[in-house]
Amino acid sequence: MKRTLILSAAMLAVAAMSNQHAIAQAGKSAKKPAAAAAKSKQAAEFEQFHEELEQDNPAELFELKGEELWKAKRGPKHASLEQCDLGLGPGVVKGAYVQMPRYFADVGQVMDPERRILHCMVTLQGFRQADLAKQPFSTPDQTPDQVSLVAYVAAQSRGMKIAVPQTNAQEREAYAVGREIFNYRAGPYDFSCATCHGQKGLRIRSQQLPDLASKEQAINGYQGWPGYRLTGGLMHTLQWRMNDCFRQQRFPEPGYASETITDLLTYLAVNADGHVYKGPGIKR
Amino acid sequence: MKIRIISRDIARNISLSGAAAIALLAAIPGHAQDARTTAIAIMKRDFHAKGIAGMDRLDQDALQVVCNRSNNHPPKAIADRLEQDQAESIKYPADGKLLGDWKAGEKIAQNGRGMTWKDKPGQAAGGGCYNCHQIGPNEISFGDVGPSLYRLGKIRGEGPAMQKYVYAKIYDSKAANLCSAMPRFGHSGALTEAQIKDLVALLLDPHSPVNQ
Repeated sequence: MKRTLILSAAMLAVAAMSNQHAIAQAGKSAKKPAAAAAKSKQAAEFEQFHEELEQDNPAELFELKGEELWKAKRGPKHASLEQCDLGLGPGVVKGAYVQMPRYFADVGQVMDPERRILHCMVTLQGFRQADLAKQPFSTPDQTPDQVSLVAYVAAQSRGMKIAVPQTNAQEREAYAVGREIFNYRAGPYDFSCATCHGQKGLRIRSQQLPDLASKEQAINGYQGWPGYRLTGGLMHTLQWRMNDCFRQQRFPEPGYASETITDLLTYLAVNADGHVYKGPGIKR
Repeated sequence: MKIRIISRDIARNISLSGAAAIALLAAIPGHAQDARTTAIAIMKRDFHAKGIAGMDRLDQDALQVVCNRSNNHPPKAIADRLEQDQAESIKYPADGKLLGDWKAGEKIAQNGRGMTWKDKPGQAAGGGCYNCHQIGPNEISFGDVGPSLYRLGKIRGEGPAMQKYVYAKIYDSKAANLCSAMPRFGHSGALTEAQIKDLVALLLDPHSPVNQ
């Protein structure tokens, strides 16, 4: 883990320098309306910086940890996850991540990757769902096993196209309900997901917001997850991302690995269909 | 949109309370509504209260119902009526003074905290204004979901009418634009009267850097 610390320190330093550079850039343009050219130059620089970061991504360490956990005999049943069916048959991990959420006949439900992995941990290894849900997100003290497992599974879809099935009624229902959850305005601030993520080209502070309702930009919400987040230096999955979005939406808390999250992820993944998934990433 | 079949004349002649507006919209059949009903039921089952964020936050008020059901494009007659309801609920300061302290206003505009399950009860919220608006000349990390407010007082004037307009916008943005993306900071209780006055000062006080 020492390597992680050195890496993150170095990256934070680079991030800080790049940020100062961005501020200087934006400062120049603040006097006049921001010139489109300056804006795109800045975006290109950030893109390059991001690519450099990805070449030495701590997420890889979690992929390796996840692979160990996948193959090890664990839990009350002293079994590995190697017989886990992620939708392509027992034991097939390659390509499974980009083809979920999908309908699983054994449970009669649509499941997203993390939910399905939890299901396997419960059924094959004998872990208790309630225990796995107790502390499901990474903290400075611990990274839950399922986070590393998701990183491992996701890595086995690196470079593959997102191809989430919409072949049966339940999968189509999950998409339709997910779209409604995405557009549902409520709470003290009247926010829905779409308030910030339903239009192209919007920015919160200096953060570009992808239009997750669009076929072109939905991939931006999917790409890079699971990911190593520079803020806090923690590995997170899309389960965490959805949870923290609802927090900022001023909603109550969604249940971990609940149908709400699966439906929302179905909406997101189907919108991102056909785009190439680059594997676990790095986030600011 | 099927809503358009509602005759304008009928809509005009009915005194539309929020409930009546909902009833009108509820009469519209459609597949989208089935999925929405399911979505709401699923969310109510799957969410739980956390900290100050109670489950009541999943309930829509009349305005939210209308905006959700019309995909944020309500029929004009309904929008006019509900905007009027919002406008009438705005509470202006008793002493009629709308300009607070612009320095305090800048801090409120910078502060994006408040109303989440991580925020403590009773802790003053921020407006998070820079999330969506350009405001002061020294803050270059600003969003663009809303319009630039830089030099607002210089451009649009600083007098009593403008002060009242800005106070109302912050208190309840929906009074002028029913399905606006901007929160209703006064209506929701996120910001106090004094805080809104400070923000009015940030935007309109001639001494504020916004207007230098």
